[in-house]
Amino acid sequence: MAAERPAVSLQDVHRHFGDVRAVDGVTLQIRDGEFFALLGPSGSGKTTCLRLIAGFDRPTAGRVELFGAPADHLPPYERDVNTVFQDYALFPHLTVGENVAYGLTVRSVPRAERERRVAEALELVRLPGVGARKPAQLSGGQRQRVALARALVVRPRVLLLDEPLGALDLKLRQQMQTELKAIQERLGITFVHVTHDQEEALAMSNRLAVLNQGRVEQIGTPAEVYESPATAFVANFVGVSNLVQGPLAEALAGSPAAFTVRPEKISLLEAGAAAPAGCCTVDGRIQDVVYLGPHTRYVVEVAGGAPFTVLEQNRERTSGDVQAARGRPVRLAWPRDANRPVGGAS
Amino acid sequence: MRSESGVEKAPAGLVVAVGAVLLFLHAPFAVIVLYAMTTEDASFRFPPPGLTLDWFRVAWNRPDVWQALGLSLQVAAVATAAALVLGTLAALAVHGSRFFGREAVSLLLVLPIALPGIVTGIALRSALSLLGLPFSFWTIVVGHATFCVVVVYNNVLARLRRTPASLVEASMDLGASPFVTFRRVVLPALATALVAGGMLAFALSFDEIIVTTFTAGQQETLPIWIFNQLTRPRQRPVTNVVALFVIAATALPILLAHLLTREKGGGKT
Amino acid sequence: MRRLALLLPPLLWLGVVYAGSLLALVSQSFFRLDDFTGQVVRVPTLATYRQLLTPANVDIAVRTTVMAALVTVADVVLAFPLAYFMARYAPPRLKAVLTLAVLLPLWSSYLVRVTMWKLILAREGVLSWGLEQAGLTPLLDRLLALPVIGGPSLSISPIGAFLAFTYVWLPYMVLPIQAAIERVPRSMLDASADLGALPARTFRDVTLPLALPGVAAGSIFTFSLTLGDFVVPGALGNSSFFIGQAVLAHQGTAGNIPLAAAFTVIPMAVMAVYLLLARRVGAFDAL
Repeated sequence: MAAERPAVSLQDVHRHFGDVRAVDGVTLQIRDGEFFALLGPSGSGKTTCLRLIAGFDRPTAGRVELFGAPADHLPPYERDVNTVFQDYALFPHLTVGENVAYGLTVRSVPRAERERRVAEALELVRLPGVGARKPAQLSGGQRQRVALARALVVRPRVLLLDEPLGALDLKLRQQMQTELKAIQERLGITFVHVTHDQEEALAMSNRLAVLNQGRVEQIGTPAEVYESPATAFVANFVGVSNLVQGPLAEALAGSPAAFTVRPEKISLLEAGAAAPAGCCTVDGRIQDVVYLGPHTRYVVEVAGGAPFTVLEQNRERTSGDVQAARGRPVRLAWPRDANRPVGGAS
Repeated sequence: MRSESGVEKAPAGLVVAVGAVLLFLHAPFAVIVLYAMTTEDASFRFPPPGLTLDWFRVAWNRPDVWQALGLSLQVAAVATAAALVLGTLAALAVHGSRFFGREAVSLLLVLPIALPGIVTGIALRSALSLLGLPFSFWTIVVGHATFCVVVVYNNVLARLRRTPASLVEASMDLGASPFVTFRRVVLPALATALVAGGMLAFALSFDEIIVTTFTAGQQETLPIWIFNQLTRPRQRPVTNVVALFVIAATALPILLAHLLTREKGGGKT
Repeated sequence: MRRLALLLPPLLWLGVVYAGSLLALVSQSFFRLDDFTGQVVRVPTLATYRQLLTPANVDIAVRTTVMAALVTVADVVLAFPLAYFMARYAPPRLKAVLTLAVLLPLWSSYLVRVTMWKLILAREGVLSWGLEQAGLTPLLDRLLALPVIGGPSLSISPIGAFLAFTYVWLPYMVLPIQAAIERVPRSMLDASADLGALPARTFRDVTLPLALPGVAAGSIFTFSLTLGDFVVPGALGNSSFFIGQAVLAHQGTAGNIPLAAAFTVIPMAVMAVYLLLARRVGAFDAL
């Protein structure tokens, strides 16, 4: 298979701060042109990895390569990589136009071309005409777009985004997710997106890496990571999962090896109802009901194991029906092939 | 006991005490304005026999006043310039990294202002005598710059701490080398802090008397001139006129510096 | 490495010039002045320190230290109500105005503020006139007749110096106390009231102890500044010397730098001890 040079390659990279191992042996390849997400909780090392790629930090051990060439010794201003910072980092003393033009100004690009490219970049992020204003006069969402424009105007080969949507409210965030994805597809450059929001990572990325305590737990496409979590951590961090182990696992699957089942794969049947062929079934009692609008989350007590979380769409039910379900005995049923074995148990 | 605004009302006795203390702090200024305009020139008679603005004209025409003023201004200008450069360099270095001896550097910088002026004064004096250097304009400047550095240092350091680190990183990320970053991003961020620090240093230098007495030899800066006048019963109101001028020359720059470095939202200095 | 290059010029300046001259000073105090030749004999000796122990010189040291203590106490008494009011009762706008009101005198030339007191305290000046109007002149005369602290006129007496010292250092005491009181969380005072303490009790048992670091911090300034000062006693004192004046006199025409240096060591030593004590009380956190 023709090995194309990966845009970014981290090879057994470590970054230690005294006793703290922020990055503890991370190896991953990011392909040219893909939208790659680094997903993990706080302290997982994802931002540190980003900083190592950008050049703000040097690894304690291991290699960082950009397009096949070692990059460890290169300072940030010599790497073909640009960053959109979490706090946007817009220069307060410059106008929006001057901010966006900064990378070009520093490279002594002539004025006419500079102005043209700045206008182009602002169009790309759908903020035409704000060039004369100061960053303080813009809203959070607008500032975020300016930061994006500023990073893109110099045409980097890799764009790094450090939790760029964290400060935005839900609607705006979802809108920006779509826009970012569209921009990336249009420009075709590599995006590396750091986030703790697993929904965001699943929605936007071509591939993602799940990080935990400085180590990679799994790398794969969103579908792979969600449907075949490699470890218990991934199973519980990316979405919610029910962990079945011990005697209950033995009873349901014939072996005590632990496995996970996603809540939306489980159906709630009447107590004692017959389940379709090829299903596991468990009897229990509804302990708690949370009405979420489009769906409802049930917590069901079962004998011999931890309570199950079940997620059902409220297709025919109303909130009244749903609340009345509390305390009712039920039977849980799900297809056997929805069981996913767990690699290192937590 | 809460008033509508949610803040308690103070007991009457406390308010009276506060008023008295404030009066104590500010009434003397009225006195000096009065005495700058009295017609009596040899004593401090109260109530003044008459009021006149003549003394302002007399002060304007006194050559020794101009000489002292000129010296004070020159010393302040040079000392401030030195303090701006050295203080900024020190603040940049201390802010940037955690190096061995960082605490010691901070202490060393604060020492000239923390120790009584007389210690600084006599220390410099004895060093000068050991080195056999004569008193001159430059010895005064050296003395002043020593404690002016820390004023600039504090201002610049405080501003550096308030500037997000991501700004410097963003600049470097976009292709600017550290020097270009300093010029285009750091310096503009420091601008008002430098002006404020400079003005504070200027005011400190202009008003300084203790260290100056030790390092000045025969020369008179304005404060030394005033001090020497205090024991001479000749044209006393002229001293008061000059004193009024000095108040303005020191209070105004510091007030401006205070306004420049105030945090948004009315924080304290 | 780049950092060190940045740091080198200021360090060079301060290190060589300042720290070096401090060392020169202390080393000078171990030399002595030969009375016959008028030259400094650069041979280590304790003779100069022994000179400090003459009654006249001990007087000077004691006089200065006592004055510093009295001024500190007076400043605490005056500053506390103002600081307390600003911290506890003043709404934000008033507080900003009051802060400026406290800082403006501080920003106005120190020397001029001393001059102002010379005017106020003069024999024929405004204070005498006021006392005369109030019929209190005999009281003033009796005050001035007192042995150690009196003098021919208020403006030439230790009482006058005391008043001037108290005045010029007052802002230095107000601000740390205010900051310390502000740091007492509202919830602590509420808790004290909730547990049944009357306001006066809460003040004594909660506010006062917690304000102590601020008092200690402010007192560092008033104490240290008074110890080394020669301007106020020179302008307003009588002929009895304070440490600062002794230092000035000895290094001046007499050229007796060793003795001047030895005198300077006194405030340095006193302040070192004071700072240690103040640190114990938490003053450094309140600075």
